[in-house]
Amino acid sequence: MSREIGEVILDVHNISLSFGGVKALSDISFDVREHEIRAIIGPNGAGKSSMLNCINGVYTPQQGSITFRGQTFSHMDSHQVAVMGVARTFQNLALFKGMSVLDNIMTGRNLRMKSNLLLQAIRWGPAEREEIQHRKRVEEIIDFLEIQPYRKTPVGQLPYGLQKRVDLGRALALEPQVLLLDEPMAGMNVEEKQDMCRFILDVNDEFGTTVVLIEHDMGVVMDISDRVVVLDYGKKIGDGTPDEVRQNPEVISAYLGTGH
Amino acid sequence: MFYRENGQLKTSYQADQQIFPIAQDRWFILAMLLLAFVVAPLLATDYWFSAILIPFVIMAMAAIGVNILVGYCGQISLGSGAFMAVGAYGAYNFFARVPDMPLIPALILGGLCATVFGVLFGLPSLRVRGLYLAVATLAAQFFADWMFLRIKWFTLDTPSGSVSVSNLQVFGLPIESDVSKYLFCLTLLCLVALLAKNLVRGAIGREWMAIRDMDVAAAVIGIRPMYAKLSAFAVSSFIIGVAGALWAFIYMGSWEPSAFSVNESFRLLFMVIIGGLGSIMGGFLGAAFIILLPIFLNQALPFIAGMVGIEISTTVVSHTELMIFGGLIVWFLIVEPHGLAKLWSIGKQKMRVWPFPY
Amino acid sequence: MLYSLVALGFVLIFKASGVFNFAQGAMVLFAALAMARFAQWLNTAGLGPAWLVNLMAFALAAVVMFAVAWLIERLVLRNLVNQEGTTLLMATLGITYFLEGLGQSIFGSDIYKIDIGMPKEPVIAFQDVFEGGILINLEDLIAALIAACLVVALSVFFQKTGTGRALRAVADDHQAAQSIGIPLNRIWVIVWCVAGLVALVAGMIWGSKLGVQFSLATVALRALPVVILGGLTSVPGAIIGGLIIGVGEKLSEVYLGPFVGGGIEIWFAYVLALVFLLFRPQGLFGEKIIDRV
Repeated sequence: MSREIGEVILDVHNISLSFGGVKALSDISFDVREHEIRAIIGPNGAGKSSMLNCINGVYTPQQGSITFRGQTFSHMDSHQVAVMGVARTFQNLALFKGMSVLDNIMTGRNLRMKSNLLLQAIRWGPAEREEIQHRKRVEEIIDFLEIQPYRKTPVGQLPYGLQKRVDLGRALALEPQVLLLDEPMAGMNVEEKQDMCRFILDVNDEFGTTVVLIEHDMGVVMDISDRVVVLDYGKKIGDGTPDEVRQNPEVISAYLGTGH
Repeated sequence: MFYRENGQLKTSYQADQQIFPIAQDRWFILAMLLLAFVVAPLLATDYWFSAILIPFVIMAMAAIGVNILVGYCGQISLGSGAFMAVGAYGAYNFFARVPDMPLIPALILGGLCATVFGVLFGLPSLRVRGLYLAVATLAAQFFADWMFLRIKWFTLDTPSGSVSVSNLQVFGLPIESDVSKYLFCLTLLCLVALLAKNLVRGAIGREWMAIRDMDVAAAVIGIRPMYAKLSAFAVSSFIIGVAGALWAFIYMGSWEPSAFSVNESFRLLFMVIIGGLGSIMGGFLGAAFIILLPIFLNQALPFIAGMVGIEISTTVVSHTELMIFGGLIVWFLIVEPHGLAKLWSIGKQKMRVWPFPY
Repeated sequence: MLYSLVALGFVLIFKASGVFNFAQGAMVLFAALAMARFAQWLNTAGLGPAWLVNLMAFALAAVVMFAVAWLIERLVLRNLVNQEGTTLLMATLGITYFLEGLGQSIFGSDIYKIDIGMPKEPVIAFQDVFEGGILINLEDLIAALIAACLVVALSVFFQKTGTGRALRAVADDHQAAQSIGIPLNRIWVIVWCVAGLVALVAGMIWGSKLGVQFSLATVALRALPVVILGGLTSVPGAIIGGLIIGVGEKLSEVYLGPFVGGGIEIWFAYVLALVFLLFRPQGLFGEKIIDRV
C-alpha cells in the first residue's frame, strides 16, 4: 500500500455521553491520523455507534470536545460536519427509501450544487449543466461499486447487501476526507464481505480517504486496519495496532470473559 | 408492442434525464396538449367550462402546490385553504388599490403574500411533525378565516364582506368569455407544472424527498432541514396562492372568505392523496377525480336508483358522496398509497411488455 | 367541558393504540344521532317511561358503536397495520367523511333532541363565600361527574386488567406486541369500542345540551387544540386542557375581542396550541417526544 499515514486529522478528547441515567460513553479519547484506517471495536452496547454519532453531530456529548483539522468544537453540527468533509454510513441503513439508487447517491452531491431555486425551476441552461456534471461523478461511483444495473431501482426494493453499497455510495458522493463506517459488513456473507473490503481499501488507496470503521468481524479488522480502538461499556480499554490490541489482556477478557 | 422502449437508447445524460424519456410518452403529451388547447375550446359547452374545465385547471395547479409540500417533502398540511385565501385577497388588494395594476403581476404578488404567510406558519415544521404539524396548519387556516372575516382592511371595508373583480385583461386581451378564461388558466397551469417538475427532479426536489424519507440522515449528508422544509412551504404556498387568486378572480368573480374554508383544505388534501403523493401527474389526476366525482354521482345515482325504482333526493346524493369520498380515501391508502399516479405508471409498465406478460 | 370529553376520546385511542383518531368527532355525531333516533322511535312505540327509553336507546346506540368499531378494525386497521402515522391519520380522515355521510343517510339530518333529564337552569351557589354567588350550570357539573366516573373506570381498566396491559403494549409497538402473542385485531376492536363508548357519552351530553345536529362533527376540529395543550398521552391533561380552552375562549372573547374586531373564538384555541407546539410540543402533561436515529 503506497499511501503514507499523515498527521492527526481528527482528535477526540474526553467525550462523555449519557442518556437519562445511562452512561453511553465515559471519558473517551483517541486520535485518527490522515489516510489511515482506524477500527473501533468492542462488544455490543459498548458505545461505538454513539461515538460516531457524537462525531457527526447527531448526539451532543455532555462533556469533552472534538478537534478536526485544528479546529476544536464542544459539539458538532451535522451540516457543518458534512461541509468539513466527514461522511458516514449507518448501521441500520438510513437510505431514502422512496428514491432510486441514482437519486440517493445524487443527494450526496447536494452540498456542492450551487444553483438556486429559480435556476432550478427553469432548468435549461446552468442548472441542467450542473446536474449533468454531478451525474457524471455519481456514475463513476456507481461504476466503482458495481451497481450499474440497479441505478433506477427504488432502494427499498433492493436486497440488504446492495442497499449497504448504496449507503456507501452516498457517503462517497460527498468526496469526504474522513469516512465513518458503522458496521458496513453486518449481515453479509463471505463474498459480499470481500467485495466491501475491496471497496474500502480502494477508497483509502485511490483517494487517500481516512476511514474510521466500526466492525465486529475480527478477521476483517486485523486484516485491513492500521490501528484499533477498543471500547467496552463506554470506556476505552485498548488503543494501538491490531497486534498490540489482540494481545491486550483487558481486551481478551472483555470479548471472551475472564478466566482465559 | 406499441409501447416499447427498444431502440430508444440514450447517449447522453441529458437525454436520460428528460421529463419524458420514452418517445411514445412525448407523443401522448403532445396529443393531450392539442386536446386541451385546441379541441376542448372548440367542442366544450358553457356548462363544461364553468363546471368542469376551469375548476379542474385551477385546482390542478393548487394540487401540484399541495403535493410539493405533502407528497414530496412529507409535511402534512391542512391549511391549504388559507394559502389560497391569502393569495386571493393579496392579489385583490394589489389589483384594487394600485391604479392600473396589470393582472399577471397582481397574481404574482398575491402568490408572494401567500409565500410569506406560508413560511411563517411553516415554522412549526422545524419543531414538530405529523399530527402536531397538522394542528399547526389548522391554526393557519382558522386564523386566515378570521383575518379576512373581521379585519375590514383586507376587504376594502365593504359592509358585506364580499368582494369582486371585473374587466380582467392580459396584454390588452380581455378575459371575459369562458374560452379565454380557460385558455388563460391552462397556460398558467402548464407553466407552473413545468417549473414544478423541474424543481422536483432537481437538487431541491431530492432534498425535499430526503427530508420526507429520513430527515436525520439528510442532515448528516449536509442537507439543512430548515432550508428544505421552509423552501417547500414557500414554493408550495406560492403556487397555491396563485391558484387561489385565479379561483377568486377568474372562476368566481366575486367571493367571500367562506369560499376558502377548511373544507377546501381537506378537498385539496384528498386530491393529492387520491391522485398520488409525490407525483406532479398525481395533481392532475386527483383534481380531475374530485371534480368529476360529484357530477358523476349526481347523474349516475338517480339513474341507478331509478332502475331499481327508488327516488333519490339531492341530500341523499350528497351524503353518498361523502361516504364514497371517505371510503375511497381509505381504499386508496390501503391498496395503493401512491394513488392514481401509481396505477397509471403500473398501467404503463404493463403496456411496455404488452402483449407479452413479462 | 364538552371539549374535554371529546379530547378524552382522542387521548384514549392514542394512548392505547398510537393512532390518532380524527374520526372521533364523527363518531360522537354518529353515536349521538343513533341514540337520539332510537329514543325517538322507542318513544313513539310507547315503550315505557322516559328513563327506560333513554337507557334502551343508550344501550342500542352502544351496540351500534361496537359494530362500527368492529367494522373499522376489520376493514381498515387490519390492512394498515404498519404504515406510518401520517397514513393512518389520513385514513381516519377518510373514516370521518364516511361516517358523516352514513350517519346522515341512515338517521336523517334534522336536528334532534336528546332528553336525559338533565337540569337546565343554572343554580347560584356559594352565596356565603363570594359576592352574589357563582353561577353554576348544574348540567355542566353533572357532565363533569359523568366524565370523572368514566375516567376512573377506564383508568382502572387500563392499569389493573390484563387487557389494559395488552392495550398499552400495543400502543408502544405494534410489531413487538404481535410477536409476543397479543391478538392485535381483538385489541384494536376493544380500543375502538371503548372510544365509541366515550364518543357516545360525549355525544349524549353534548346532544342534550345543544341538540344533535351536523355541526357536531366539527367538534373534532375544535377539540384538537385541547389535546395538544394537555398532551396527547395524558388523560388528566385532556380534562384540564379542555377546561383551560373552554374558559380561555370565553375570556379572550370578552377581554381581547373588542381590540381586534371580535370573533376571536375561532382561532384562540388554535393559536394557543401553536404556541405550545413551538415551545412545548408535549403539552402540559404529555410525555416528551423522542426521535430515535
